[in-house]
Amino acid sequence: MAGYPVLNSGIMVDEARKVFKVSRQAFVDPAILEAERAQIFDRSWLYLGHNAELPKPGSFVTRQVGGRNILFARDTKGELRAMLNTCPHRGAQVCRERNGTAKSFQCFYHGWVFGLDGALRSQPGETSYAEDFKERGTSNMQQVPRFESYRDFNFVCFDPNVQSLSDYLGPAKEYLDVICDQAESGMTIVGGTQEYSMRANWKLLTENSIDGYHAVTTHATYFDYLKATNGGLAPVPLKGSARDLGNGHAVLEYKAPWGRPVAQWIPAWGEDGKQEIDRLYQNLVERFGEERAERIALYNRNLFIFPNLVVNDIMAVTIRTYYPTAPDFMNISAWALAPREETEWARKYRLYNFLEFLGPGGFATPDDVEALEQCQRGFRNSAEAQWNDISKGMGKPVPDYDDELQMRAFWSNWNKCVFQEPA
Amino acid sequence: MQDISRTAVEEFLFAEADLLDEWRLPEWLELFTDDATYAVPATDVPANASPDSSLFYVADDRFRLSERVKRLMKRTAHAEFPHSRTRHVVSNVRIRSRAETELEISSAFITFRTKDGVTDTYFGSNRYKLVQVEGQLRIRDKRCLLDSEGLRMQGRVSIIL
Repeated sequence: MAGYPVLNSGIMVDEARKVFKVSRQAFVDPAILEAERAQIFDRSWLYLGHNAELPKPGSFVTRQVGGRNILFARDTKGELRAMLNTCPHRGAQVCRERNGTAKSFQCFYHGWVFGLDGALRSQPGETSYAEDFKERGTSNMQQVPRFESYRDFNFVCFDPNVQSLSDYLGPAKEYLDVICDQAESGMTIVGGTQEYSMRANWKLLTENSIDGYHAVTTHATYFDYLKATNGGLAPVPLKGSARDLGNGHAVLEYKAPWGRPVAQWIPAWGEDGKQEIDRLYQNLVERFGEERAERIALYNRNLFIFPNLVVNDIMAVTIRTYYPTAPDFMNISAWALAPREETEWARKYRLYNFLEFLGPGGFATPDDVEALEQCQRGFRNSAEAQWNDISKGMGKPVPDYDDELQMRAFWSNWNKCVFQEPA
Repeated sequence: MQDISRTAVEEFLFAEADLLDEWRLPEWLELFTDDATYAVPATDVPANASPDSSLFYVADDRFRLSERVKRLMKRTAHAEFPHSRTRHVVSNVRIRSRAETELEISSAFITFRTKDGVTDTYFGSNRYKLVQVEGQLRIRDKRCLLDSEGLRMQGRVSIIL
């Protein structure tokens, strides 16, 4: 098969006729992935990790972000550091463990030793080097070009000239506030990472993570399960709205019938559970007043931060990020976020809620994986069947949670980035 | 349970594997006691981690396990419709400890899953707690410890390991 034709745009939009289509070539063309790497992943703020993952000086994790290998560590002064995990000498990965605690990092190839801040401390045969060798910045492990955080969410960017993280997040910050405010003592990451993959284009997971439209059909068996539980559902219909947050970010905010550990009670949690949920709710009312307490406790949020971060505050809270290794393959990492002060009772039900729905062993995510992989298979026909349709809800003053406004927000920004449209 | 031989345990585990590979899941479920648990922990937590305090891929009590079986037998369990083909290979069976009423067993597993022209391999160790109910071996707890770093390439545990 010959190569793909050169695209000038990945979307076809006609507001008056309520047309919004996405080229299926954008999911299969290696040239598009190359452009995405250069125009999106090398220039956007990308999620690295959460403060709670590095509890004390010397704590570290190694992680792939935006195609780079990053060493994320807390130095002796307690400052967080994001370093390129490569030896300044000859390039080997310095830290080869997934996580742990260290006093220093040593490259095993020639034995160079670096501090927790990446500064060169010693190297064998020091007398053979220039006298000021250790004072030269180039002898140290390199920090990522930009590293900033918001509410303990740490981000990196490989473009030194990028706008501040705060400006980049814009109105998305307020939604992170709502999510983080459910904890009085801060949020933490629960032990255990779900690391999986899909044979599908990464943008399919962006769409899927903020897609209210697919729930009833794709996740029929999950709702069957909740109905089978004794009191697994509250009498709350699925209802809410979608919002474009600018810069490609978007959010769904809606009510739903499942239990929320902060704080929507379901009969299955019994009287003890009801007391606990009431206590949590009252605490929110005291801290934030009725209106905001209701929003924190009873509303779900699927928050998408461009290009590859999802924070879904639903029956549990997940942080999910993903990155393509090929047009038809991505790696995904997901963590459970929870209030630090949560009781054992609430933590247990949070984790059960999480794994019932979320994650590759649950009653829902495997079917999402299947759906996305089936889309990717369908795209083999993209030379003839060329377009996806995401026009649902166009023209409504406030689109519903199960419309497709949030996807149009993503794709519009994606198109701007990839095809370098003037802002 | 002093008189149960390893051969008897192996026979039981091989029969379990056959039921899974033949998609006779309701019969497979009958191998479990009423208070049974079935778990697949995340791969970066200790082998004895608790699903009450760490994130797992799967942590079923008997109710959720029976719902998992019901789900997998439906057409709307899209990940497994049509059913994938699998082969559960069980080896290295050892009796780790014997108590009056319970055996602790470990085994090595390699499970192949094929669907839509793609074959994935799951590998690791199964830890069982077996008891006797009316003279028959039954599973009180099954914990699958994946050896892989996460689920890359498999992407999901839509089958029972």
